[in-house]
Amino acid sequence: MLSVENINVYYGSIHAVKDVSFEVRQGETVTLIGANGAGKSTILRTVSGLLRSKTGRITFLGNDISSADAYKLAGMGLTHVPEGRRIFRHMTVRENLDMGGYIRSKEDNKRARRDVYERFPRVRERKDQIAGTLSGGEQQMLALGRALMSAPRLIMMDEPSMGLAPVLVQQIFGIIRELNEAGATILLVEQNARMALSVAHRCYVLETGRVVMASDAGDLLEDDGVKKAYLGG
Amino acid sequence: MALGYSMVYGVIKLINFAHGDIIMVGAYCTWYMMSRFGVPALFAALFSVFFCASLGVLIEKIAYKPLRKYGRLSLLVTAIGVSLFLQNVVQLIFKADPRMFTNFFKGAITIGGRQFSTATPATIIISVIIMTALTLLVKYTSMGRAMRAVSEDDETAQLMGVNVSSTISFTFAVGSGLAAIGSVFYCCSYSQIQPTMGSMLGLKAFVAAVLGGIGSIPGAMLGGLCIGVGESVTRGFVSSKMTDAVVFGVLIAVLLIKPSGILGRGSGEKV
Repeated sequence: MLSVENINVYYGSIHAVKDVSFEVRQGETVTLIGANGAGKSTILRTVSGLLRSKTGRITFLGNDISSADAYKLAGMGLTHVPEGRRIFRHMTVRENLDMGGYIRSKEDNKRARRDVYERFPRVRERKDQIAGTLSGGEQQMLALGRALMSAPRLIMMDEPSMGLAPVLVQQIFGIIRELNEAGATILLVEQNARMALSVAHRCYVLETGRVVMASDAGDLLEDDGVKKAYLGG
Repeated sequence: MALGYSMVYGVIKLINFAHGDIIMVGAYCTWYMMSRFGVPALFAALFSVFFCASLGVLIEKIAYKPLRKYGRLSLLVTAIGVSLFLQNVVQLIFKADPRMFTNFFKGAITIGGRQFSTATPATIIISVIIMTALTLLVKYTSMGRAMRAVSEDDETAQLMGVNVSSTISFTFAVGSGLAAIGSVFYCCSYSQIQPTMGSMLGLKAFVAAVLGGIGSIPGAMLGGLCIGVGESVTRGFVSSKMTDAVVFGVLIAVLLIKPSGILGRGSGEKV
């Protein structure tokens, strides 16, 4: 579904992503794990068209999107829940959802909103509230709900557990699993490697901008070296 | 006039110093159409709105867009450059002498023993209509939501499928169109136009926008009203030489007491 081949991304003179390749197949949950600064978010931002790769190719559903404008990708079924949630804080919860469905018709949005409310009752309770006043967990659910509004084929999530209490982290990962079981394909970037591996099918480990390991998520959980390096022993 | 200012600022956080000069261009445009081609006033005004909207989009594309990623200071300096450029181009074409502008709101009305030109109530009514329309546009349409989204976080807006470039162009078109409408009313009340009229006007519109809370539409309207009333009161009771001093004095006072303006939202945010 998504294939990334040999991308190289620079911030000025800093070489942030080095020759990275990976793929995400239909129906999978794939996770990119690695320490802070390993280039995980940069990769997602490059796939989304917010950054450009100097080399290589990114294809989504058979289309080359390496140089596509970011705003066109939403219409192709690719959605990106950015790091730090990035909800529109001055808008109401409902307006945030409508932004998620910006490219779709009013009727589609109405239906999609109902689905989101059903999945996230908390979001429904607060639908007329200004989004900036929500708690961190509620904001993350809103960000996920907003992403679902565009009826995505592939959902990319950047650090959905960031800054959340353990209970909420559990809840968010429960939702990720449910979404995947309901047929969504997911590309997940996480620092919380243990949680990420528990929901993912396959995993790529990144280190200073390079893929250093690719394997099934289950195997990696058993791997002693990985345990030491990323899972805290 | 402050409306257009506030709107552009609200979306791209750019203080468009050329706004006053777009007002000036709007005035010249209306004047030229009427005096040279004898076009009826309404059509001249409409043409001017259209002309200014296109001009606004053009300026944005040529002068601001290439600089957008270099931060706000370069944009600010460019805006001042655009302002000088417009002033000089108009001076070149129409010469620096003031031109007479015929008030096309004929007749006067009498309220409480005092005479007003019909331009005054017309200005008020049309301003309120525009304000309402703008508020509805920004609040309830999907374009308006996109504008707010871009203003808050343009990157995330893109991820939602918003074409940021065209949203900004649209904002400039509306803002500049409003400048043209403002110019028509200004000219009807003051009946004289000259190439440098834009600087002071732009500055006052800016003050009005800041006073009301920059980025807020009703705020801009309120700010405009405060300044207008303040000027008239000063002119009537103190001295006409003091008006500008009072306007800017009020600005300083407001900035000291409530930096976000009368209706502005606080910048303190929970993160």
